[in-house]
Amino acid sequence: MSAFVALLARDVRLATRAGGSAMLALAFFAAVATLVPFGVGSEPELLARVAASIVWIAAVLASLLALDRLFQADYEDGSLDLLALSPLSFEGIAAAKIAAHWLTTGLPLTLLSPLLALLLNLPTKAYITLLVSLLVGTPAISAIGGVAAALTLSIRRGGLLLPLLVLPLLTPAVIFGAGAVLARLDRIENGAIWFLAAFSAVAVLLSPFVTAAALRFNLAE
Amino acid sequence: MGALPPVDFVEAEGLACVRGSRPVFREVNFRVERGRTLVVEGPNGSGKTSLLRLIAGLLAPADGTISFSSGAARVEDGEERGRFVDWLGHHDASKPQLTAAESLRFFARLYGATGDGIPTLIESVGLSRTAALPCQYLSAGQKRRLALARLKLCGRPLWLLDEPLASLDTAGKSLLLDLLREHLAAGGLAVIATHDPLDLEAARLQLA
Repeated sequence: MSAFVALLARDVRLATRAGGSAMLALAFFAAVATLVPFGVGSEPELLARVAASIVWIAAVLASLLALDRLFQADYEDGSLDLLALSPLSFEGIAAAKIAAHWLTTGLPLTLLSPLLALLLNLPTKAYITLLVSLLVGTPAISAIGGVAAALTLSIRRGGLLLPLLVLPLLTPAVIFGAGAVLARLDRIENGAIWFLAAFSAVAVLLSPFVTAAALRFNLAE
Repeated sequence: MGALPPVDFVEAEGLACVRGSRPVFREVNFRVERGRTLVVEGPNGSGKTSLLRLIAGLLAPADGTISFSSGAARVEDGEERGRFVDWLGHHDASKPQLTAAESLRFFARLYGATGDGIPTLIESVGLSRTAALPCQYLSAGQKRRLALARLKLCGRPLWLLDEPLASLDTAGKSLLLDLLREHLAAGGLAVIATHDPLDLEAARLQLA
C-alpha cells in the first residue's frame, strides 16, 4: 500500500511542479471553452444550450494533453523498469498513475468548470448537475486514457495515435455528461447521470487490468 | 538486507533469447552463489543487456529457465524474481524535477526500505553539494552516483548492473567498487555486464 501511495504522490508532485502537466491542462481547458463563445456569436440562448457539451469536450481534450506522457516518460528514462521490479504489481502501477492523472487533471477541471459555465451563460440551476457530471465522468477519461497510453507506449509519436483511440471510446461519457445537464435545463428526468456513473465505474474498474496487460506486453518487447 | 529473504544462488539453464525474430544467444548456463559476482562479457549486440533483463524477469526467455533459490523456496516466475532484483541500466530513472533526496525517498518508499540516513547516503556518494538541486542540473556522472545511492538504499539481494562504470570518474569508479564489495560481503549477489576490466574477483561469462 505504501508503494502505491509513494507512486501516486510522486506523480501528483511531478504534474504540479513547474512545467508539469496540471496547469497546462487547466489553461488549455479554459482557452478552448472561452474561444467557443466568439465562434457562436451573439446568441446567449444558443450558447446556454451548448454550454455543457462545450465544457465536456474541452475537458476531454484537456485531459488528453497529459495522457501521452503518462507511461512514456517513465518508459524512456528507465523508471518503468524500476517500477516493474518494485513490490507493486503492474495493476497497482496502472491504478496509481491513472489516479494521479485524474487528481491533477479531471479534478481541477471539474472545480474550474463553474467559472467556464458562467462565461458560457449556463443557467445557474444547472451548475450542480454540470459539476456532478464532471466529477462522476472525468475518472472514465483517465481510465480509458490510461489503457491507450499503455498501448501506444513504445510507438514513436504515439501521442498522435492516442486521441484516435481514446475519443471514440469516450463518446458515451460526452453524450451522458452533456445530456444530464440538458435534462436539468429542460426539467426532465432522463437518468443520464446514472448511465454516466455506470460507464465510469466499469471503465475505472477494468482499466487497471487492461492497462497492466498492455504494459507487460510493451515492456517485454 | 531489507525485508526480503536473501538469495542463496541464481541459476540459469539452457537460456535462449530472441529479439524481434533475431536469435541473440542460446544455450547460456550459469550459476552465481551468495557473495559472488558474475561478469558478462561480449561484443556490442551479443545480448548482455538482454541477459540482464531476462534475469530480472523484464523479458521472457525464448527457451530455458532461470531460478532463484531463497532458503527452501525456488522462485522461477518472472515477476516474483523481480522482487529480489535491483537494476542499474543505461538510464538512471532520475526525474528532472525532483531533487536527489526526493528521488531517494520515493524509491525507499516504493521498495519498502527504511528511508533513514538518506542525507548521509547522499554525502557518501559525493552529492551533498547538489542535494538541493533538481536532477535536471546534475551531470551524467552525478546521476549515476544517485543511482548507486539508490542501489544501496533499496537493499535488494541481487544487483544487475549494465555498464555501471559509464560516465563515472575515477573516484566514482572506486565508489562503485566499494559499494559492490560491501554488498557482496553482506551476502548479496551481482551480475555485471561491462566492457571495462573490474578490479573484482568474479566468474566470467562470455557471450559470442
